[in-house]
Amino acid sequence: MVVAERKPLYEIRDVIQGCRKILILGCGTCTTVCMAGGEKEVSILATELRMLDKGLQTVEATIERQCDKEFIEEIRYKAEQCDAILSMACGAGVQLVAEVFEDKAVYPALNTKFIGVSEGQGRWSEFCSACGDCILAETGGICPLTRCSKGLLNGPCGGSVEGKCEVDPEKLDCAWQLIYDRLKRLGRLDVLEKIREPKDWSKARDGGPRKVVREDVAL
Amino acid sequence: MNQQKSFKAGSRLEKVLLSGHFAVTAELGPPKSADLELVRRKIGYLKSYVDAANITDNQTAIVRLSSIATATVLCQNGLEPVIQMTCRDRNRIAIQSDILGAYALGIKNILCLTGDHQSLGNHPGARGVFDLDSIQLVQMLKVMRDEKRFLCGEEIRNSPKAPVVEPRMFIGAAANPFGDPFELRVVRLAKKIPAGADFIQTQCIYDMKRFRQWMQQVQDKGLHQKVHILAGLTPLRSVRMAQYMKQSVAGVTIPDEIIQRMAQAKDPAEEGVKICVEQIEELKEIEGIAGIHLMAVAWEKIVPVIVERAGLMPRPSV
Repeated sequence: MVVAERKPLYEIRDVIQGCRKILILGCGTCTTVCMAGGEKEVSILATELRMLDKGLQTVEATIERQCDKEFIEEIRYKAEQCDAILSMACGAGVQLVAEVFEDKAVYPALNTKFIGVSEGQGRWSEFCSACGDCILAETGGICPLTRCSKGLLNGPCGGSVEGKCEVDPEKLDCAWQLIYDRLKRLGRLDVLEKIREPKDWSKARDGGPRKVVREDVAL
Repeated sequence: MNQQKSFKAGSRLEKVLLSGHFAVTAELGPPKSADLELVRRKIGYLKSYVDAANITDNQTAIVRLSSIATATVLCQNGLEPVIQMTCRDRNRIAIQSDILGAYALGIKNILCLTGDHQSLGNHPGARGVFDLDSIQLVQMLKVMRDEKRFLCGEEIRNSPKAPVVEPRMFIGAAANPFGDPFELRVVRLAKKIPAGADFIQTQCIYDMKRFRQWMQQVQDKGLHQKVHILAGLTPLRSVRMAQYMKQSVAGVTIPDEIIQRMAQAKDPAEEGVKICVEQIEELKEIEGIAGIHLMAVAWEKIVPVIVERAGLMPRPSV
């Protein structure tokens, strides 16, 4: 899922300064699951903003997801009543809401962090960089591009000590230690002897913003 | 007979190693300013005491005078440089361009490094590049030198009729016998050799026991016969420095015994030199050690003392 975190309250307040009535729009998919922008967080943010600005009117809504226009259309009526929309979706949702409501100011209430996984209550970790050319089959199912701080493809740098990364030994595991441990378990340490060629970054964002077109399902 | 032909790059370092002399290299850290005076002073300390001097490339991710520019000043002053090149700050386009530039300016040795992470330096908000890793960098340099092609496959010539002028570098890579996973350290070294490494400079050694274990694996695989290994050493100046390095420098381990010696010494700098010279004596006896690489961080002045006392003077003429 896409993992996000709410922006500090004062940053949000400063951005909506001057608005008298705002729509706080939650997203029912990723940001609900990571507890940053679901129905509950919408309600908390609305209360907090009204406490800071007694005159502010808030309208609350949470839709299935903000990355699909058909769901955004459902709240057109509410959107039109407000000066601005505060989106609690990831950056993709914020942009699509802005595209649908062309004349309305749309602001992000969250910082989108990464594509990741839940590691227990209240803990998430980044697992995928959406590089466009998955190599997990060759790295024991652990992504070095994402989970190694330097995105190295041919093994650990000199900063891997006791399984930890030089960038933050308290918090970060060395991805190459994890890969080594897993390949050892799988009896596939031979994989590590192969020199991996430089990555073709044109398949990632370096090739420009990407699109996926599926002729077979397109209307 | 053109003897030059039998060398890959024809640098002094290559000749010293190929002729079987015990090589001595040292690190020369460029200043955090455009102060060339400091560079000249450091050249004065090292010249004629070392076979070549490594010029660090924004080490610890702190902005410094460029490695290639500093190396050019070394060339002008008769001290052979080894430029260091990290993968942190340049993509494959910039690196290849800089290699052409460095070679055109007379630089013939290069050490390929991953680079310390930008978050550890003085611009933690910088974007890290890491388009290539150090092994891919070594491989790219070999392709440029031996196949006379860029990484994309194009020939290194200005036009179809122009001459091919490829950068002929003596290619170095690093090895850290003290990083983890330990078993992978030799695997990494083994990958760097077919990738194109001609010489290896190791992370600084204090834990001789672990270094010997690593060298045993290197010898078992016969890697020491395929690549020239220079053992890295950093003389300690004070017990505080020893403690700092132990705690804060990623991938450096210092046994308590050395810390104790430094703590008990009346003259810690002298004790540091003594430890370093003892280490050199020990390293000379290890099969497959082709020389030493002295990383006297901000203490280049001590290099002549260590080289003299270790009986490594005069440096051979090749």
